[in-house]
Amino acid sequence: MEIIYLLIPLSILILIGIVWVLMWAVRSGQFDDMEGPAYRVLQDDDGIIKTNKPEDKPGHTETKDS
Amino acid sequence: MQNSELSSSCFHCGLPVPDDARFEVVINEKTRPMCCPGCEAVAKAIVDSGNSRFYDMREDKQATAIPLIPEFLQQTAVYDHPDIQKSFVNHNGEVSEASLILEGISCAACIWLNEQHIAQLPGVLSVNINYSNHRATVRWDNDSIKLSEILQAIAAIGYQAHPYSPERQQEVFEAERRTQLKRLGIAGLFGMQVMMIAIALYAGDFSGMELEYESFLNKVSWLLATPIVFYSAVPLFRSAWRDLSQFSVGMDVPVALGITIAYSASIYAIIKGEGYVYFDSVAMFVFLLLGSRYFELIARKKGVEAAEKLMQMQPATATRIVDSEHQVIPVVELNQNDTIMVKAGETLPADGYIVEGGSSVDESLLTGEFDPVTKVVGDKVIAGSVNVESPLIVCVSNVGTETIMAGILRLLDNAQNDKPPITLLADRAARYFVFGVLIIAAAVAMYWSNAAPDFWLPITLSVLVVSCPCALSLATPAAISAASTHLLQIGLLVTRGRAIEALAAADLFAFDKTGTLTKGKPVVDRVENLSSENETQLLQLAAALERYSEHPIAKAIQQNVSMGKIDLTEVVNIPGQGVHAVWQGNQVAIGSRKFIKDLFALDVDDQGANGTEVLLADKSRLLARFTLRDVVRSGAQALLNDLTDKQVDIALLTGDNAASAQKIADELKISKLFTEMSPEDKLKQLQAFQQQGRRVVMVGDGINDAPVLAGADVSIAMGNASELLHLGSDMVLLNENLQSLNRGVKISTKTLKIIRQNITWAIGYNLVALPLAVSGNLSPWMAALGMSLSSLLVVANALRLSPQKTHKLG
Repeated sequence: MEIIYLLIPLSILILIGIVWVLMWAVRSGQFDDMEGPAYRVLQDDDGIIKTNKPEDKPGHTETKDS
Repeated sequence: MQNSELSSSCFHCGLPVPDDARFEVVINEKTRPMCCPGCEAVAKAIVDSGNSRFYDMREDKQATAIPLIPEFLQQTAVYDHPDIQKSFVNHNGEVSEASLILEGISCAACIWLNEQHIAQLPGVLSVNINYSNHRATVRWDNDSIKLSEILQAIAAIGYQAHPYSPERQQEVFEAERRTQLKRLGIAGLFGMQVMMIAIALYAGDFSGMELEYESFLNKVSWLLATPIVFYSAVPLFRSAWRDLSQFSVGMDVPVALGITIAYSASIYAIIKGEGYVYFDSVAMFVFLLLGSRYFELIARKKGVEAAEKLMQMQPATATRIVDSEHQVIPVVELNQNDTIMVKAGETLPADGYIVEGGSSVDESLLTGEFDPVTKVVGDKVIAGSVNVESPLIVCVSNVGTETIMAGILRLLDNAQNDKPPITLLADRAARYFVFGVLIIAAAVAMYWSNAAPDFWLPITLSVLVVSCPCALSLATPAAISAASTHLLQIGLLVTRGRAIEALAAADLFAFDKTGTLTKGKPVVDRVENLSSENETQLLQLAAALERYSEHPIAKAIQQNVSMGKIDLTEVVNIPGQGVHAVWQGNQVAIGSRKFIKDLFALDVDDQGANGTEVLLADKSRLLARFTLRDVVRSGAQALLNDLTDKQVDIALLTGDNAASAQKIADELKISKLFTEMSPEDKLKQLQAFQQQGRRVVMVGDGINDAPVLAGADVSIAMGNASELLHLGSDMVLLNENLQSLNRGVKISTKTLKIIRQNITWAIGYNLVALPLAVSGNLSPWMAALGMSLSSLLVVANALRLSPQKTHKLG
């Protein structure tokens, strides 16, 4: 069973990695919106979303009046 | 052909389509009717940008767009100004980032639509909208697009964006929440590892484990538990230390004690080389306690967030008039006595009074009442209300934190922190309870260290942790908080938290008559033509005379009379009595019976029982008699019925004469009627009731009945928002709608019920859990679990009092 002398420190290292990821996630606001992702899953956009190239836009928006 | 089969309602906003309207948009290959150019424009904008899926996804009908009139464009241009941007925009070279609050969101589809629409604007780098608080974070390239253009694009699809500059308090809360989450995360992650190792140790305990491995695992547990104790548990220790250093005990003392004992005893066991370690208990305590505290924080803040949103919805710009010139300025630059112009559809940026113009304003933000209120020159208007009909020129009286709305929010805040007697009782009970627990824990430790030395530690830990009185201390504040927010949403402002409880427990409601149970606005009930003249002409004459009077009766008489060609000269208005003038060479007058009698020496028999009388006469004879009555408020009957169902007595205290008061009492079936009372008489009657042991609620007109209100157990004032801050009463009925009061009573009753439920649960749980722990039947992790679940249950129960999500406050 000496293998646990290797495995446990290894798992601790992994744990530290996970903790670091957690800290990053909280800092960068991953936990700020808990309801949004549920809706996004259902919206099923097939990845159209945003491009800013004129040739990709289906129509034109009429907000640039001024 | 399609118009006849489709119901004639607008596909976009749901309102009926006028018969002659010809607005249509092709959506998803079907032609859909629209009700107006606004809806047509919005629908077209949505379709043209490729987002017509929105109509498949949405759950509700939408608002129409604000037409992009030049003034609106000018207003949005203000947002490009660097000084304005300072407070809510971050610049990083060419990339700018801003937070905006979106108004008009009614479902998830709206958020989707906005994200799609904004993201497609050239120059916008990214946009992300938070589904819970409707906050949009937009990043854009300064050189390609301006912020004002982004705002205009949002308006084009029917939503409004406000810059989000969080109050300092909000920022602090956000930082606090994140730190708590980090601590919770560490406690959870390391705790899981500790639990894993603990399972190995339990197994080893059961079937044997070599000493060296056991020692190794113990030391690893120690290592993993240390961050939990020295990082995650810090708030617990701080709060316990704060209590102890003031020689009192609080909720966190037993838990902090438990953690310390468990951790130290475990270290001691490792050093000595024998005995069990209890790091798993430590991990469970900290994780579960922090978890329940985190959820409580979120839940409590949700209520405050609703109120915060009110403040955020303020306009950022105002149109100031200086020397006849209109300047669009940021609201923060407005000063007292500035003159501003508020157009139809705009929100008032500050409190003030009208100097020119007449319109109606929607004060629903404040009062929950959606019917617009008519305002004329001299009337007060409040920040946050929406000007509905026509432009108003307003002289500013209060800005920013001095506005009535800011005052209301402060009052709300105070009310929520006000501890009703039952809470103070619970607080004190909790303190004694904790003290008792510590003593019991000591006794338990001593007993079990003799009876079963191996187990004295876990049993003591369980005792310390299971009996957390958090439920007791949390029960009432959480309920009061949720209830106050709900009550404000229906138009009942609570200034003292304890009033909610008292309202539910009251057994006598005393009402004032005029202005409380009745609208305070007389209505013409009957017109008697006492002469041979043409009645229509008499009506017009009466109305023409009454134009010169400010009395409410004058307004009543002018109602529904079309203006005829009546020329009056030498008009004299005697306030409170009547008006006389010269018409077609004759002296004519209209006024009270006393007025006509004094002027013309004419009289008629008294029919005061039917209501107030107004006589129209000329020098020689009486021409007409108007009988007016005061109209009972629409919600009054329902309110009284519901109160009677609750076994609550009703009394009517009025200064009015017996006959007309009797009419109202009969109409509303009130048996306890007291008429012709002065304010002092009313107060005496109230005190008489109280001496009989009744708990009295007094509902009255705040200004006139102030002393009477002060004497009641609960005072409710009919207030309109402009004067409410001077009313010292416990509750203010902002929209003067008795139906709201009815709902308010129901909510208060529910609140009291829930508070009692919570306290019963808290006590019951402790009574069951403590003996279990003392007798050694609870392991520490079970104790921790039970304690956390108990607190969460109490908070969840209190949240049942929260308002439902609505579009205004939700």
